[in-house]
Amino acid sequence: MSHASKRLRYVLKRLLQAFPIVLAIVVVNFFLLHMAEGDAVDVLAGEAGSATPEYMAELRKKFGLDQPLPVQLLVYLKNVFTFDLGYSFRHEMPVLDLVLDRFIPTLLLMISTIILAVGVGIVLGLLAASGLNTWRDTMISVFALVTYATPLFWVGLMFIVIFSLNLGWFPTSGMKNVAAFNDPWSWANIKDVAHHLVLPTITLSLFYLALYTRLMRASMLEQAGMDYVTTARAKGLTERRIMFVHVLRNALLPVVTMAGVQVGALIGGSVIVESVFAWPGLGMLAFEALFARDLNLLLGIFLLSALLVVAVNLIVDIIYSSLDPRIEVG
Amino acid sequence: MSLLEIRNLHICLPEGSERPFAVEAVNLDLAPNEILCIVGESGSGKSLTARAVMGLLPKPHVRVTHGSIKMDGEDLVNVSDARMREIRGSDISMIFQEPMTALNPVMTIGDQIDEVFRFHVSMKKKERRQKALALLSDVHLPDPLQIMLAYPHELSGGQRQRAMIAMALALDPKILIADEPTTALDVTTQAQILKLIKEMQASHNTGVLFITHDFGVVADIADRVAVMQQGKLVESGTTDEVLNNPQHPYTQALIAAVPSLSPRQPRDQSAEPVLQVEALTKVFRSGGGFFGFGGEERMVKAASDVTLELRKGETLGIVGESGSGKSTVARCIVRLVDADDGKILLNGTDLRPLSRAEMRPLRANIQMVFQDPFASLNPRTRVGKIISQGPLIQGVPIKEAQAKARELLSIVGLDKRAYDRYPHEFSGGQRQRIGIARALALNPDVLVADEPVSALDVSIQAQILKLLDKIRERMTLSMIFITHDLRVAAQVCDRLAVMRYGEVVETGPTAEIFANPQAAYTKELLAAVPGQSWSTA
Amino acid sequence: MRNFWKLFKRNRSAVAGLVILLFIIVMAATAHLFFPEDPFRLVGRSMSAPGTNGFLLGSDSLGRDVASGIAHGAKTSLLIGLLATIVAVGFGTIMGGLAGYYGGIIDDLLMRITEMFQTIPSFVFAILLVAIMKPSIESIVIAIAVVSWPAVARLVRGEFLSLKNREFVQACHTLGMSDIRIMLGEILPNCLSPIIVIGSLMVATAILIESGLAFLGLGDPNIMSWGFQVGAGRTLLRSAWWIVTFPGLAILITVLAINLVGEGLNDALNPRLRERQ
Repeated sequence: MSHASKRLRYVLKRLLQAFPIVLAIVVVNFFLLHMAEGDAVDVLAGEAGSATPEYMAELRKKFGLDQPLPVQLLVYLKNVFTFDLGYSFRHEMPVLDLVLDRFIPTLLLMISTIILAVGVGIVLGLLAASGLNTWRDTMISVFALVTYATPLFWVGLMFIVIFSLNLGWFPTSGMKNVAAFNDPWSWANIKDVAHHLVLPTITLSLFYLALYTRLMRASMLEQAGMDYVTTARAKGLTERRIMFVHVLRNALLPVVTMAGVQVGALIGGSVIVESVFAWPGLGMLAFEALFARDLNLLLGIFLLSALLVVAVNLIVDIIYSSLDPRIEVG
Repeated sequence: MSLLEIRNLHICLPEGSERPFAVEAVNLDLAPNEILCIVGESGSGKSLTARAVMGLLPKPHVRVTHGSIKMDGEDLVNVSDARMREIRGSDISMIFQEPMTALNPVMTIGDQIDEVFRFHVSMKKKERRQKALALLSDVHLPDPLQIMLAYPHELSGGQRQRAMIAMALALDPKILIADEPTTALDVTTQAQILKLIKEMQASHNTGVLFITHDFGVVADIADRVAVMQQGKLVESGTTDEVLNNPQHPYTQALIAAVPSLSPRQPRDQSAEPVLQVEALTKVFRSGGGFFGFGGEERMVKAASDVTLELRKGETLGIVGESGSGKSTVARCIVRLVDADDGKILLNGTDLRPLSRAEMRPLRANIQMVFQDPFASLNPRTRVGKIISQGPLIQGVPIKEAQAKARELLSIVGLDKRAYDRYPHEFSGGQRQRIGIARALALNPDVLVADEPVSALDVSIQAQILKLLDKIRERMTLSMIFITHDLRVAAQVCDRLAVMRYGEVVETGPTAEIFANPQAAYTKELLAAVPGQSWSTA
Repeated sequence: MRNFWKLFKRNRSAVAGLVILLFIIVMAATAHLFFPEDPFRLVGRSMSAPGTNGFLLGSDSLGRDVASGIAHGAKTSLLIGLLATIVAVGFGTIMGGLAGYYGGIIDDLLMRITEMFQTIPSFVFAILLVAIMKPSIESIVIAIAVVSWPAVARLVRGEFLSLKNREFVQACHTLGMSDIRIMLGEILPNCLSPIIVIGSLMVATAILIESGLAFLGLGDPNIMSWGFQVGAGRTLLRSAWWIVTFPGLAILITVLAINLVGEGLNDALNPRLRERQ
């Protein structure tokens, strides 16, 4: 079989493997949310202040909340497969619309963060490993060590103090200026969003950047001790070529794997970053939904973020399989 | 006029090592069109000597402190890095022991060969490709076009080493350094690679510096031999001089330790069987898995329809190359692996259907000695406990078990003080003695030894074989001896079973099989043993 | 043991981390001596800058002492970090050990579960768990442990998987040793080093998760915590930078110190790395 078709089969297999996981996530979250005391009707009634038990029962019936749990789950599963994520009582909108509305900002934040964290992490790790035990290595290692220990929300707040409040370089919050441009694809609008994106992206990427830097450095050092490096040297190649062609490609493999593993964690981090910078994405929506006990909405967000992780993992798998020919279909 | 002239070479070791110099005052000469073998056991400094020639020592802690390495009069110890890079790959090139790890796993063979050209000569891409294809067919690789595009993991061990050789010879080097290039290969593949190296050396007029620990290989390939011990050169001369008339006591001892290919005298044996293996079958499955999402299921028949008989007091050898299923059979017999089908009759009781609990009381009757002396002892358990554990599990009182362990230590030739020490304080040979003591602690009827000497240096190997022989006599053990080494088999085994691809292809008394092999594979295997002309001489 | 200390001592930054960590532990243990007042109590003028009105590190909008909060918050962070790690490491080791040793369905199941945990955003999952169980020390510990154990299980599974095929373990089988004894007496002692290392690093992660939860308002409302302090001060960034800055620094320094110690442990316990140096 050719390398290309092997790779295709590998990716298809991975896609197939992701399906039961997504299903399990939906089921697990569904049950967890039902463990919570009080449902949406309680919340609605609490806000209204004067709901009679009869009215609440009627509401429950209307929303299907009086059904036995397994039935509710089956109904939900059926709906999920028809892309019906239910109705948010709180926002009085279909969940799908709400979630899709908030999906783009999060996607934007994720993509910019992954690019920044993986890209800079690889470069820094490479620089540190290639100048092992020099001041350059020390500086990079100390930087990675410190950022690896810094809480996200605190960095975000410090950035706001320094770059927004004191220096005034970047906006403190939001995704665009309030009275801004109507056409989302206008140059001015793109510039505005990008301007708002800078601080959240840097904040969210710092921790992962540190992680990838450390991983890349360790991976480079490990690969530099391998036998094939000796062979390359025995062939008379320059150290530069050995480092950047032979070692680099092998050293990238664990970093790419890790990048895939970390996508889920990245979404978790985005809850904090979105709440610090009032970035109107899924993370913030999840937080709002949690306190409003908006179960359907939370399930929708979880499902979507799980799908997002699965999709990014798939992309990572494709990248990985193009880097590592040893990927087997079996 | 010599091509390579090593004078008074000293290579230092990092501070705090066992000895200050890895290599001390070594003088060597290599002429064009000559194969010089450097022979020695592990730690002799043979590999570092070779690496020093290439300028590939792990600097800065291990480096050349005195002496010179001259190639055509140019001292390689003092040349600039840039000049050394020019020399590497074009004037001197190297092949390694483990072709799997020595090739970059994520680069095609074609690209890896191409690099040699790109960095040393200016040639057009098409021309480089033509050269690479020609090289691959020179080393007798089938379908060079396909090999060019293949990644190392897609080739067999022998093919990888051929590709390495093609790469090393790409620019017609004056000197080829071969560092144990056949040690990781099966004996039949080894014979092919040795033949190839000789052929290539003759057609390219290359001087070959061949590092090995195996005197059989030396006898087959060397023009001249240098013997190293503990970093010093103890003897050198033509192959005939060194092998057939060694002067230095160390060389004499080493050569005496090489097992002879002429089988030992058959011993008296009873016809009474202790262990009968009937139609044993074991298939390994991989893949498949949860909901069938693990991909296609693969099946490897590690043992199919294996029938063996071990008679009381004899040693039955199971010989074969890697993947022949010999180890699987051994593990099925001691119930480490559950066989799929067949019978394992130990003193008439079939072990195969027994549950683990039912098996426990029978464990004492059949014990195993393992291959790797470093992996077979728990690093966190004291030697005394390792040996006494078995009897304790079988319900022997603690005092008795401890006394037994101490007695066994002296039987296997270890100091009594070993009792309270940890395994890492011992050498490979000593650890193997501990492993043997552990197996003997239960007074087994049958001992299954799985390649017990293949990880050891030849002199240690001889001692362990002698010990096993002594114990066998003393305790009237019956033994199944798994080995890939026909020399060892000739010296240890009364009868042999030859395995290939999970099947027994031939069984019979050792002497008969050696004198008159029936199966084609047995003939091939016997023909591939290195150093036959020498040992029969 | 002495040998271990000698190796650990060679790594100077690890020793520095240990000193800092000991200081923080002492601070947590003596918080009630230096700051006998409840850290939630309003003890002076609100919004005092550091060094004024008798506040070493300033006071917040209600007049609570930031320094007192940090000292008492140290207890919370260390306690939750340690407890969550113990639970996660304990459970993860058992699950990973069983899966690695027995393989088969247990292993398949464990691998699917850990894959699921890799797919769901673990911090969001922790938020959810705490919210459902109502914020308290117990619920926070459980939530952190639930999202942390799969990493331990994966590691231990890998170790068990490779160790169970080692010849010394096979030798124990041929002696007739029971599975329990092989797992506890033979395999586990040989994978303690990586477990200790991952455990030490996990304490740091747990502290970060705890502070994140508290920052979002999901901390135990009865206990002072660094994350809560930062969360409470975030609206006053403009006027009172110290409320946010000092507790955040406390988190950073603590996590950094634990990571340094963890790395030191790794260097000292991992013989492969030792040879490389």
